[in-house]
Amino acid sequence: MADRYPGYDVLSKRWTESWNETTRQVIDRRLSVPRQARFFSAAEWRTLSAVCDRIMPQPKDRPPVPLPAYVDQKIAAGLLDGYRYAQMPPQGEAWQRGLAALDRAAQDAHGGRFHVLPPDQQDGLLRRMQQGELTGEAWGGMPCKLFFERRVIPDITQAYYTHPVAWNEIGFGGPASPRGYVRMGLDRRDPWEAAEANTGERAHARRKNNRVG
Amino acid sequence: MSADPFAAPPAANGRAPDVFKRGGWVPMRQYGEDEAVDFAVVGTGAGGGPLICGLAEGGFSVVGFDAGPYFRPLEDFASDEREQDKLYWTDERVVDGANPITMGGKNSGKAVGGSTVHFAMVSLRFRPEWFKSRSALGYGADWPLNWREMWQYYTKAEKALSISGPLSYPWGPKRPRYPYRAHELNGAAELLARGAEAMGLKWTPTQLATVSAPHRKSPPCVYRGFCRFGCSTNAKQSQLVTFIPRALQAGAEIRDLAMVGRIEIGPDGRATGVHYHREGRWRFQKARNVAVAGYAIETPRLLLASATDKFPDGLANSSGLVGKNLMTQSNQAVFGTMAQEVRWNKGPPSLSITEHWNYDDGKDFAGGYCWMAQGPLPVEWVTIQTSSRGLWGQALRDEMEKYNHQVGLKMVGEMLPDECNRVTLADQKDQYGLRVARVTYSWGDNDKALIQHALGQMQTSLEAVGATNIFRQEDDTNHLAGTARMGDDPATSVVNADCRSWDIPNLWVCDGSVFPTTGGVNPSLTITGIAMRTADRIRILAARGEL
Repeated sequence: MADRYPGYDVLSKRWTESWNETTRQVIDRRLSVPRQARFFSAAEWRTLSAVCDRIMPQPKDRPPVPLPAYVDQKIAAGLLDGYRYAQMPPQGEAWQRGLAALDRAAQDAHGGRFHVLPPDQQDGLLRRMQQGELTGEAWGGMPCKLFFERRVIPDITQAYYTHPVAWNEIGFGGPASPRGYVRMGLDRRDPWEAAEANTGERAHARRKNNRVG
Repeated sequence: MSADPFAAPPAANGRAPDVFKRGGWVPMRQYGEDEAVDFAVVGTGAGGGPLICGLAEGGFSVVGFDAGPYFRPLEDFASDEREQDKLYWTDERVVDGANPITMGGKNSGKAVGGSTVHFAMVSLRFRPEWFKSRSALGYGADWPLNWREMWQYYTKAEKALSISGPLSYPWGPKRPRYPYRAHELNGAAELLARGAEAMGLKWTPTQLATVSAPHRKSPPCVYRGFCRFGCSTNAKQSQLVTFIPRALQAGAEIRDLAMVGRIEIGPDGRATGVHYHREGRWRFQKARNVAVAGYAIETPRLLLASATDKFPDGLANSSGLVGKNLMTQSNQAVFGTMAQEVRWNKGPPSLSITEHWNYDDGKDFAGGYCWMAQGPLPVEWVTIQTSSRGLWGQALRDEMEKYNHQVGLKMVGEMLPDECNRVTLADQKDQYGLRVARVTYSWGDNDKALIQHALGQMQTSLEAVGATNIFRQEDDTNHLAGTARMGDDPATSVVNADCRSWDIPNLWVCDGSVFPTTGGVNPSLTITGIAMRTADRIRILAARGEL
């Protein structure tokens, strides 16, 4: 269902009891992430952006969540996962090698770099990566399946769901401190939670969502 | 916001952060490095916290070390999944084996209070037979502890942590009332209850370490649902707001942002203190006793890294068992979609539980498990969707939209000890110049049988409440144990029942590493009970002149 929570904007709660000062600062920093690469080269950035567009396609009627910037920021800031598969290089090296290998595979299969291919060919390559079917020297021994599962997917999709726009789409309440929740049972909604639009009730849901702040 | 807790050690200059007051401080005694303290305790979590507190209250001079910072939850904790990664131990570790363990999140903490700062607060007692699982149930290894004594320490731990729980507990021997009333159920917890009843299984509200009424400076839980990302109201009874403040009052020092890299051994083969990294350089604290409480990865890592000519295989390792018998717990889950709005993110994530299969021995595999209601926040939820179903693109977006209608059940299952599952030192070095841990793990046939049984049971329960679009999360693990097991025989264990190492009489281990088996419940209450017992035992031994 498109627009399941019409008019819901978690940011409208910014000055309510659901957000404390610490949280406001954290979200402000997230929204103002620099949109330029600090770690990746311009060529890598183009490939990365194209991968992000297929892993997490975004509606055209709003500014996109800057996914390549979050991937870049994590590496540049040295934020680690806490573990590394023995077959995988460190995260920055894994990304550089994986993006280069993906471009190599795109050249071999379709005669152009990944970012210039049509979406169905891009998806085909990503599916082959997911299935562990991309091989060759460019991977340097890194299993493409592990790269997909442990770098591409978490780094992109997790970044997306740290963003308030994503919370709006799924009706998540977002920050909740110091105020938490009161109505706990099934089919119970606190007035500061997103209201879902059921058939014929879109206007009603929109009115409720305009009042969550 | 206050000063950055990572910039410089907050606990310094005769004071430590007052966790209950923005910008506040409490006085803290400090010890000189050349002044041998009675105990240097490495780690301040579920094991270290009660030990530091119990020793300080017993009149010992104690310094507790933690590699992480000393937070004030009221001002340092954002209501945000990603920001709170700062509570985790995200330093690099290499994982391998047939089933590599995902580290860095729920199974590790790097802060004063350890992983209790972000734990889900589930505070369960072991089934009594688990303390003798080899002789009573025929698998694993016996503990050197008596369950009746542990039952008393559970009661003490529950009181110290103001556990909220049900009036009567459906399984196991009688236990006293919980100090605080049980929390109300959220929608997800109610669905666990309905499913269990449909299957003829008992269930109960879960015993949780978050207060359901005021306790001293802790306000009652307001059901934010960010429990596993740090409690910003102090309702959660983590070590940071319970035993650690008590320890400071009793004269202990907490040395934060202090990474212990090596235990020094004197010519007589006894520990003489710890080398630790703080404010950019290596330092040394003299101590008459060293207690390691760094949990099942960092504890063996430190013991192995402290090898000397006299102890070439690492400290306390004459049995060869330091680092071996690492256990995690199976943490698989089943998820589905409800017609109703569940809004599972409200309240603590595990408000109801069934321990049925921990107490029913009519199974064709060893060990037990429980399952609990679930409430993952969006980042964790997308990780489950992608890793379990391989979704991405528009298909992933469509599934994520159902967030407020999701329901799930997640197990905590017993994995069996196996010497092949272990912690060793890799060649790679970390930011302190210390060799990182290599964590090797493979599931055994019994582990797989237990997981499949649990997945089937949980799926039946979800089907019984009308969930649709059901899928399984087949690959997830959580708590850790083993790697420095306790026992009655120096040949087959690392420490004795008092958590004292067999090889070095003034070296102790006090955390989940000492578990010979891991049981089918969350381990924190057992770790805390053992730590309280260890502190009592040390007092008794000291009074007898046996330290």
